[in-house]
Amino acid sequence: MAKKSIKIRAKEKGGVVTVKSLMTHPMETGGRKDKKTGKKIPAHFIQEVTCEAGGKTVMSGLLSGGVSKNPYVSFKFSGAKKGDMMKLSWVDNQGNSDSTEAKIG
Amino acid sequence: MSMKRRVFLKGSLAAGAMGVAVGAGLLTPKMVLAAWPKAAFEAKSADEALKGLLGSSDSSSSDDIKIKAPDIAENGAVVPITVSSALTGIESITIMAANNPVPLVASFSLGEGAQGFVSTRIKMGKTGDVVAVVKAGGKLMSNRKEVKVTIGGCGG
Repeated sequence: MAKKSIKIRAKEKGGVVTVKSLMTHPMETGGRKDKKTGKKIPAHFIQEVTCEAGGKTVMSGLLSGGVSKNPYVSFKFSGAKKGDMMKLSWVDNQGNSDSTEAKIG
Repeated sequence: MSMKRRVFLKGSLAAGAMGVAVGAGLLTPKMVLAAWPKAAFEAKSADEALKGLLGSSDSSSSDDIKIKAPDIAENGAVVPITVSSALTGIESITIMAANNPVPLVASFSLGEGAQGFVSTRIKMGKTGDVVAVVKAGGKLMSNRKEVKVTIGGCGG
């Protein structure tokens, strides 16, 4: 994907980093039908989201078509400081992927 | 999720070697992604999904798991769910919508330092329970909350 599909905001407070991320993705379940053609729209959804900080995987999520379009994922972790970098990446069921880095603020 | 796989994925040769393997027709792209528990994500019942994903469907109900979800969701396509828990040693948080065609929605493995908190937005086909299953210290604990859906979000 050429365009950046991930938006992250990471904030550190009291030693705990709160990460909020938004990914742009259609998240098709594969069960929906195209109203015009009556054909099924093929499944297209993010399967895996991984977040790394300080060289460690702090969170890895397995997603399905049951997650809303343009998924929002938020989580918290400790052990990082302001100014540290964190990386978030996703892989979808059609083999596309994207990743981005953000500074913890 | 096995940690070995993590290490493997991280390995610098993983990308290159897998690319070669795919190119040589040794691995189809589907096999490369085989680690994604397909069976669990296709299971039609919550119990089956849990078995496929976490190896067991025995979970004890726990009030230490808090689910924040609307009582009534006007739009089933976007139902905000927040699961938080003060339990220690949390390994994973799994979110399921019991009445969805495919109940298993998402599962988050928490690594070192991660807090027992996950928030996301899910689709719900119809009114039903949102089930959160937390794996902590090798045990499964769950809690549920009913969400009424006025317009379903699965299917067109």
